[in-house]
Amino acid sequence: MKKPLLRASSLASPKQQHNWDWRAATNFIAGGAGGGLLLWAAVVNASADATRMAILLGLILIGSGLTCVWFEIGRPWRALNVYRHFATSWMTREAVVALGVFVAGGLAFLTGASALSFLAGILGLTFLYSQARILAANKGIPAWRHPRSISLMIATGLAEGAGFLVCVLSLSSTPVAFPVLAGLIALIVVRAYFWKSYLGGLVADGAPDATLKVLSGIAPRLLVVGHVLPALAVVAAMAGMPGRAGLSFAAGIMVVAGGWFLKFTLVRRAAFTQGLALLHLPVRGQGTAGAAAKPGWKVAPGVKAG
Amino acid sequence: MKRYVMSIDLRRCVGCQTCTAACKGANATPPGIQWRRVLDIETGEFPDVRRTFLPMACMHCANPPCEKVCPTRATTKRADGLVAIDYDLCIGCANCVMACPYDARSIVHEAHFAYGDTPMASEAARFDPDRIGVSMKCTFCVDRIDLAARTGQIPGVDPEVTPACVNSCISGAMEFGDIEDPESSVSRLLAQTQHYRMHEELGTEPGVYYIWDQS
Repeated sequence: MKKPLLRASSLASPKQQHNWDWRAATNFIAGGAGGGLLLWAAVVNASADATRMAILLGLILIGSGLTCVWFEIGRPWRALNVYRHFATSWMTREAVVALGVFVAGGLAFLTGASALSFLAGILGLTFLYSQARILAANKGIPAWRHPRSISLMIATGLAEGAGFLVCVLSLSSTPVAFPVLAGLIALIVVRAYFWKSYLGGLVADGAPDATLKVLSGIAPRLLVVGHVLPALAVVAAMAGMPGRAGLSFAAGIMVVAGGWFLKFTLVRRAAFTQGLALLHLPVRGQGTAGAAAKPGWKVAPGVKAG
Repeated sequence: MKRYVMSIDLRRCVGCQTCTAACKGANATPPGIQWRRVLDIETGEFPDVRRTFLPMACMHCANPPCEKVCPTRATTKRADGLVAIDYDLCIGCANCVMACPYDARSIVHEAHFAYGDTPMASEAARFDPDRIGVSMKCTFCVDRIDLAARTGQIPGVDPEVTPACVNSCISGAMEFGDIEDPESSVSRLLAQTQHYRMHEELGTEPGVYYIWDQS
């Protein structure tokens, strides 16, 4: 097959970022779910064993994400330098909160004390918030810097955490309580709302065409696997259908899978750079200025796509 | 207070890439890494088409998003407006790479040379292991700016203390100087022309001005 010619204009278009690969994505994927799980483990406060298992799983998730990041950074033996800029860097703040998460979560796991579980839950939520702010602070990636990405990242982290908790409860001797299942449905609805809001915001405010194409492309699958099917499974479990534990477990897994699919897409596949913009093309000789150009973008206010 | 900025006259740039080559020569960047590059942009629909050459590099923003996100304080904004990186502090997390809307930063994780793993003599002589695994970008030839502070020479006027790309430009499209000095060549040029800064809507206050027409 003939290879298409590489046009000069395509070199000027937004490019998919390659500096944060699957290892960085794993930090957002697993860490966010872990933070959400710690919060819900403290709030639901089911049986002691189930709570401790949930806390352990939350810590493992957060630890896995941070370990993956450690393997990605260029100078891993200097990693402690990450603590040097608390004033403005959300990455520093995430690292500080992570310390608290492991101390409080570790003690809560060892002692089973409710107060420590609650503290770990609050810190888990703070960790999740920090991660959302890390993405949003990156002005070079339009898909991340949109303000609605923050609520989306938090909503999916909380939904994933609840999904994991339902899985843990399904596997334990503790039956999944009706309010927990109702809460999971509420979180599915909230995530679906913030996803729709985020996508709408990106379209309205402008983003690289490639970003919109990737995100729009996953919308149907996310709707089915991440929202509709788990919601139906939860409703079936709440309605008293046989195999309640299995239905709850399946719902939890699908909520987690949907969130992880969403975050991987957001961090890796939809993360296109800003690209460039020419507000005015230069006047050459006796000619006139050309129209503005912004390659790789749809028409945005004041700027014409190239 | 000084603030060093650059102006680039898009009317004059012919896309020769001499500045790109001069930068590589001055800063010994590895293969595939260009702190300064000139993009060749085609726009419009036939028959009304345009070709524009756009030199790009670090914009040395007054409000640099890379500095805010940096967890190590390796990236700092100097009093003279230059955005600098301390290679000894940087952990190579790439957060600054993501934060830069100008695609100005890059990280090289392994040393590689023009002909593979073995450097030529010239490459070996200038290889800097401190730049492996950390973020790097255009420095506005900071060593020359620092030299000016010691010698009293004027960046943008004296070639020894002017960035290599500006010195090399065959069409005089690039000017460099202190925008706080109304008598500097860059201030006078900007006063006489119409210009813009890229992605100003993001609040970065970039230090590179693109001239597109006379006033």
